[in-house]
Amino acid sequence: MPVTSNMPPAYQRFSPEQLKGFLKKMLLVRRFEESAEAAYMRGLIHGTMHLSIGQEASAIGICSALSDSDFITSTHRGHGHCIGKGAEVKFMFAEFFGKEDGYCKGRGGSMHIADPSKGNLGANGIVGGGIPIAVGAALSAKMRKTDQVVVSFFGDGANNEGAFHEALNMASIWKLPVVFVCENNLYGMSTSTERSTAVKNIADRAVAYSMPGVIVDGNKFADVADAAHEATLRARRGEGPTLIESKTYRTRGHSRSDRNRYRTKEEIESWMNHDPIDLFEADLKQFKLLDQDEITALRAEVENEIAEALEFANNSPSPSLAALTRDVYTVI
Amino acid sequence: MVSEVRELSYAQAIQEAMAIALEQDERVFLMGEDIGVYGGAFQVTGDLVHRFGPDRVRDMPISELGGAGVAVGAAMTGMRPIFEFQFSDFATLAMEQIVNQAAKLRYMLGGNISVPLVMRFPAGSGTGAAAQHSQSLEAWLAHVPGLKVVQPSTPHDAKGVLLAALADPDPVMIFEHKVLYKSKGPVPEGYYTVPINKSETRRIGRDVTIVASGIMVHKSLEAATQMESEGIDAEVIDLRSLRPLDIPAIAASVKKTHKLLIVYEGVKTLGIGAEVSAAIAESDAFDFLDAPIMRLGGAEVPLPYNPELEKAAVPQVPDIVTMVRRLVQGAV
Repeated sequence: MPVTSNMPPAYQRFSPEQLKGFLKKMLLVRRFEESAEAAYMRGLIHGTMHLSIGQEASAIGICSALSDSDFITSTHRGHGHCIGKGAEVKFMFAEFFGKEDGYCKGRGGSMHIADPSKGNLGANGIVGGGIPIAVGAALSAKMRKTDQVVVSFFGDGANNEGAFHEALNMASIWKLPVVFVCENNLYGMSTSTERSTAVKNIADRAVAYSMPGVIVDGNKFADVADAAHEATLRARRGEGPTLIESKTYRTRGHSRSDRNRYRTKEEIESWMNHDPIDLFEADLKQFKLLDQDEITALRAEVENEIAEALEFANNSPSPSLAALTRDVYTVI
Repeated sequence: MVSEVRELSYAQAIQEAMAIALEQDERVFLMGEDIGVYGGAFQVTGDLVHRFGPDRVRDMPISELGGAGVAVGAAMTGMRPIFEFQFSDFATLAMEQIVNQAAKLRYMLGGNISVPLVMRFPAGSGTGAAAQHSQSLEAWLAHVPGLKVVQPSTPHDAKGVLLAALADPDPVMIFEHKVLYKSKGPVPEGYYTVPINKSETRRIGRDVTIVASGIMVHKSLEAATQMESEGIDAEVIDLRSLRPLDIPAIAASVKKTHKLLIVYEGVKTLGIGAEVSAAIAESDAFDFLDAPIMRLGGAEVPLPYNPELEKAAVPQVPDIVTMVRRLVQGAV
């Protein structure tokens, strides 16, 4: 029987089976990225990638409040958002390998995975590029009189882009059903928020746009999920946007070119001791929602899925060169 | 009884197209700066807000980048936005969303998402508005695969092109010339479309082909009329679409006239004239040429305020006459 005293609302709102599903997704994100990194190290990948290892609770916690008909816009560091919004790792690997079976048929790569059938409007390579697009999707949801909400994921770097400010202002004046989720991992590439950002907390910027600004520990699934729950309810009630600042950390570098010259080993290690998957598993065990045997079985299941997905991607055909210009236009 | 052909101004024709679209398709809405009760800086939206309400004729803050992104996001999720830039020059503020997002999302995301977005750009000189409110930047956007770029020259085409753009699943950029807004011409009632991939021969002639775009079509026609008395018979082709370019029609004309002049208001260097010229030089029409291909384009200068300087900065009727004479007399 679950222990309910002191249990965060998220653990009461979701069934143990649902919580297990979220843990599975976090594990999938982690193993997808570790496998991607391994493939990269072995020279199998020619493009770039941005790993979100350490940020899994943020992605999956936010998406726990969304249904397939809700929308997200994502970022260059978006693997977790994709999996959170229902992407299958085999099609993600295929895209990462540049194959025809990939989500973007090999045209986008790791940085642009999209799946409109699940409401994923795409990971965007331009910092801040997805934020106004999310506001447009929210305007669309409101004008079409649906109860869809839109989540716009972005990083701390994007909060100094003009697009962020313009988009938050418009979402607020039009009371649109959008949740802005700033995953503050402390660095925009190498530049710390301390050096780049005039406010202490990015959530403080919500005041300027008359919306709630909420700070959560982005490495704690329940904290993130509860904030997302409140913000999406507010959005669905027609009360307008919320800015959530999810404080987290990427334990890997910005991209493959990163030599970690701007932060210390000690800092990275201290965050690794605050690992979102470890924290979530400890919680689930503490509240007797899941036991160690189930977790072990779940990890094995994820391992199998990853292995099968890698095989699928390896066997997927490359795009035909004759199809180079396909899909530039719908009709010429 | 001969029924008189109804005449409308270019601005009225665009407004009528938008009214028809708003009436027929609930997905259509307009957004822009001061397009509501103000009626738009050039009175193109006029009183549409009174007929269709402020939700569908939506004033937006002065946020070109964010606003363009909102239009992209709305277009991706089931709406058909028509976005008005107050001046085409302000598109420079929104280039990120136009070039990186609207143009690329379909291809980059594997053909799974379309961006059925229409943007309107009041462009061109002749209003004494100086360098930041008078440019012709259509060639910038025509350089980008994924966009379609049109430049209607008559009220008839302005209406038909807009309705065709709305029926098109891909982003269409419409460059309207500000000086043409008050020009009148026959406009059929009701719904019709004008193809956005075809040029239009405005005058049939045998001695020289003048390819012109936008307002330069009218100046070229005036020049052609003036030269009739000299026995020079010019063919005038209205380019109308810059991307895609209707090269076959131009090549066919050149095979007949053996001479080609391209007239456009945008800055001459690296402008649309260079592309038309190169495409004809590469085509089987090259062997038919009896003279070098000539271009008349805007001067290499920010547009000046003084009216005489402003006129001198873009091709005028006497410039076209002089150039055609030189071409026909073999003086180039």
